[in-house]
Amino acid sequence: MADLHRFANPTRFLKLAGIIQPWALAVFLLSITVGLYMAFFTAPADYQQGESARIMYVHVPAAWMAMFCYTVMAVASAVSLIWKHPLADVSARATAPIGAAFTFLSLATGSLWGKPMWGTWWVWDARLTSVLVLLFLYIGYMALQGAFDDRVRAAKASAILALVGFVNVPIIKFSVDWWNTLHQPASVIKMGGSSIHPSMLWPLLIMAIAFKAYYVWVLMVRMRQELVANKVRILRLKQVHGG
Amino acid sequence: MKRKHKRLTFVIIAMALLGIAVGLVLMAFEENIVFFNSPTDIATTQPGPDKRLRLGGLVEEGSVVREAGSTVTRFRVTDLENVVDVVFDGILPDLFREGQGVIAEGKYINGAFQASEVLAKHDEQYMPPEVADALKKSGQWKGDETMKTQPQENK
Amino acid sequence: MNEFLEMGGYAAFVWPAYGLSAGVLVVIAWLSIRDLKNTQNTFEKLSGEKEKSK
Repeated sequence: MADLHRFANPTRFLKLAGIIQPWALAVFLLSITVGLYMAFFTAPADYQQGESARIMYVHVPAAWMAMFCYTVMAVASAVSLIWKHPLADVSARATAPIGAAFTFLSLATGSLWGKPMWGTWWVWDARLTSVLVLLFLYIGYMALQGAFDDRVRAAKASAILALVGFVNVPIIKFSVDWWNTLHQPASVIKMGGSSIHPSMLWPLLIMAIAFKAYYVWVLMVRMRQELVANKVRILRLKQVHGG
Repeated sequence: MKRKHKRLTFVIIAMALLGIAVGLVLMAFEENIVFFNSPTDIATTQPGPDKRLRLGGLVEEGSVVREAGSTVTRFRVTDLENVVDVVFDGILPDLFREGQGVIAEGKYINGAFQASEVLAKHDEQYMPPEVADALKKSGQWKGDETMKTQPQENK
Repeated sequence: MNEFLEMGGYAAFVWPAYGLSAGVLVVIAWLSIRDLKNTQNTFEKLSGEKEKSK
């Protein structure tokens, strides 16, 4: 793991972050502009759901990001637990609020879509319930990170929670196949090709790129903040101990 | 390196055990996680009149009858094997139509399902109306067939 | 234009979905940048004090 530890050096990471951040912002701004334009002007109304299907272009990317962020958090937590890599915990911490925001958005936009189409804001089916559990996992993770004064213990406890909670991610993904749910099965990623017409799939994918770029950009900002906060903590300790 | 190795093994074993445990729990609760029952389930189990349950399936083509002068709607729900009569008094969702998936919540009384709530279930297909029309015209339409509620039981 | 805003009768659902998404993304980005700036300021102040005490 010598290679991995090269990046443990925060100055090296900060340099890298300095390069990635403006690019991520540029990709985000470009793809969100194109994505929104396509979502409203080139994408047609759905044959059954009419104009309400346009909610898909924020709902689906948000739901993908909710699961993606949790996966990042779980992998980073495993790295943090096993190899004690300092940047791993920092990246997991920085990801949690972004993932929680995406999870909230997927639930809220799903509700706004469900009311006119299904006839209800909310049902306790396997898909909706497991995503709600995901939101609670994010909140629990953030609470646990904040609950300890000792950063090492906080990192350990929350990493364990993130790993245990990861079982929920495949449950979310396959809930629509394993059980009868009100939520329909997957459209984009499924056997035998996607069941979304290309004129609707493209804006969806571009919006997904936009959301991912947004995540990378905010992640860089948040990780830099965490690293500066570490330095502040060290400085304060030095002062207390007669600096 | 030795300690790292130990931690790695520990995490892998713990995750595997956790996965198995969750899988077992989900299998045990299978009945409760199922959001709705198909007409075949109703036909085989014949639930009592006091049991609240959800019925899911397709609205049979040509079965919808709206009673004049009231909000009562009668229709039949099918899973292409069995059919259940449904009576509903209330406002139907926008997506409710013949051939469309629905989930009705209510009780099965005297051979008919008395629904207190009807939700529309849509399939995973999205396309412009022109494409749907073209598919229907050319006879390649298979939209509604993907709505079977329990594909694993199809013969 | 009006027809566009009406969203085929689903305006009350489509626009809140987009508005809420924009709002949440902007707030998260704004909070993250504000935190970074505040922490950077604190760091500069602290390291400045350290310089002085030398």
